[in-house]
Amino acid sequence: MYVAVKGGEQAIENSQKLLAEERRGDTGVPELSLDQIREQMALAVDRVMTEGSLYDPELAALAIKQACGDLQEAIFLLRAYRTTLPRFGVSEPIDTGHMAIRRRISATYKDLPGGQVLGPSFDYTHRLLDFALAAGDTRPVADIAEQAVDSGMPRVTDILNHEGLVEVEEPESDDTPVFDLTRESPRYPADRPARLQNLARGDEGFLLALGYSTQRGFGNNHPFAGEIRLGEVAVEFAPEELGFPIEIGEITVTECQMINQFKGSASQPPQFTRGYGLTFGHCERKAMSMALVDRALRAEEFGEPVEAPAQDEEFVMAHSDNVEASGFVQHLKLPHYVDFQAELVTVRALRKQAFAAAEVNPVSDAAE
Amino acid sequence: MSNEHPVPSEQTAEQQSRRRWMSVLSKADFPDLDALWGNLPSKPAWTVVRPPEIGMVMVRGRAGGSGGRFNLGEMTVTRCAVQLDDGALGFGYVMGRNKPHAELAAVVDAMMQTPSRRDTLERVLIAPLSLRHDARTDQRGRKAASTKVEFFTVVRGS
Repeated sequence: MYVAVKGGEQAIENSQKLLAEERRGDTGVPELSLDQIREQMALAVDRVMTEGSLYDPELAALAIKQACGDLQEAIFLLRAYRTTLPRFGVSEPIDTGHMAIRRRISATYKDLPGGQVLGPSFDYTHRLLDFALAAGDTRPVADIAEQAVDSGMPRVTDILNHEGLVEVEEPESDDTPVFDLTRESPRYPADRPARLQNLARGDEGFLLALGYSTQRGFGNNHPFAGEIRLGEVAVEFAPEELGFPIEIGEITVTECQMINQFKGSASQPPQFTRGYGLTFGHCERKAMSMALVDRALRAEEFGEPVEAPAQDEEFVMAHSDNVEASGFVQHLKLPHYVDFQAELVTVRALRKQAFAAAEVNPVSDAAE
Repeated sequence: MSNEHPVPSEQTAEQQSRRRWMSVLSKADFPDLDALWGNLPSKPAWTVVRPPEIGMVMVRGRAGGSGGRFNLGEMTVTRCAVQLDDGALGFGYVMGRNKPHAELAAVVDAMMQTPSRRDTLERVLIAPLSLRHDARTDQRGRKAASTKVEFFTVVRGS
């Protein structure tokens, strides 16, 4: 518990002025524009939108600038901003099957219909520092093929579906309410929609570590990256006054379909099972981690023992949010003077008792 | 791409047309829309019924791409409603926080409901915006296609 304290107004004001000056840095260096952040720090923008849970590249760029590049602080700023806006409603589910694809790879089929499309990727770079970038003023030009990639690329999971080799993801009835953690408190056991929303907003580092832990044997789930795709999808929304859906814009998303060995159970034949990851923007590591953890959290559904942290839904869901986690860790900086005084009194009293007991009967503990 | 979405059959032909032009207006780059609007020779007067308002829409996905719905995260959206002197009501719902975009989309939506204006507007505004959108998509798709790869599996020990 911390208590309100008075005073320090001038110090706080000056601290904020100092922060503003340090944020700006050397005024001999040109100030960053939001356009520069949006265009040239695009993956930072994407992460802030995904974990900030608000798709708006300009606002994410502003948050990054304001946070001096501290992405978790930027995520916090975006989360705080979204609470100031009214919600007009919910979209139709986005159709990633009709994505305008910019990247699409599969680690399970080399010859898949539509082909492997690398798109923009760090995967095949050598991770050597590029000093040409340090010199600045680069204007790289990408190659342009005669023909665009196919528009309706089948999903790898649909290819496996034809043989019944992979579990089928069936839509539920449209009347089924969809849990929304921004409106309701989490309940355990949670359903998969609640888990997926939680994971989609969850901290990339936390999910990466949990996903990694499943690969290392803590809830081993034998994953393959069935398919990863990046591109643009239309968002359809049906305004009340119209009564039919219109496309209100296009967003960039990354989708990961993990497929996992499953040896079957009493009720299900042996087949591949699935883990799903979906993020705003290009957040591939996050989408893959999310898919690994989604599958791990389905352990109970498949009759697997729940033994590892990544399989424990309450552990994962209660600790995935970096705004909550950061708030609780960082609140320790706030004045706890009264708390601490109380603890001091307690510890002094306990010490007194302990010393007194030792003088009266020095071997009493050993005797017991 | 999105034109391939199945349109629920209960929608009238008029609704389907409106759905299309509203989508084109929403997805347009505002500078394109603004420039084409500026070139229009005759513009009606309109009243703002609901001033441009910034809010959010919760974007939903489906587990595995095809399964149960879940809430992915919100997006900013600006909406606006206008009325022309002839009584036609127009709505604008536009991703992002550009108020002039939402208002202009609403005005054009209202104008498109006037049959005498529709063909001209389609020709000078909707069709060009739709083409530009398709061209941007095609350009991205062609750059992606240049990165298409053929993997070879090397047989060991042969």
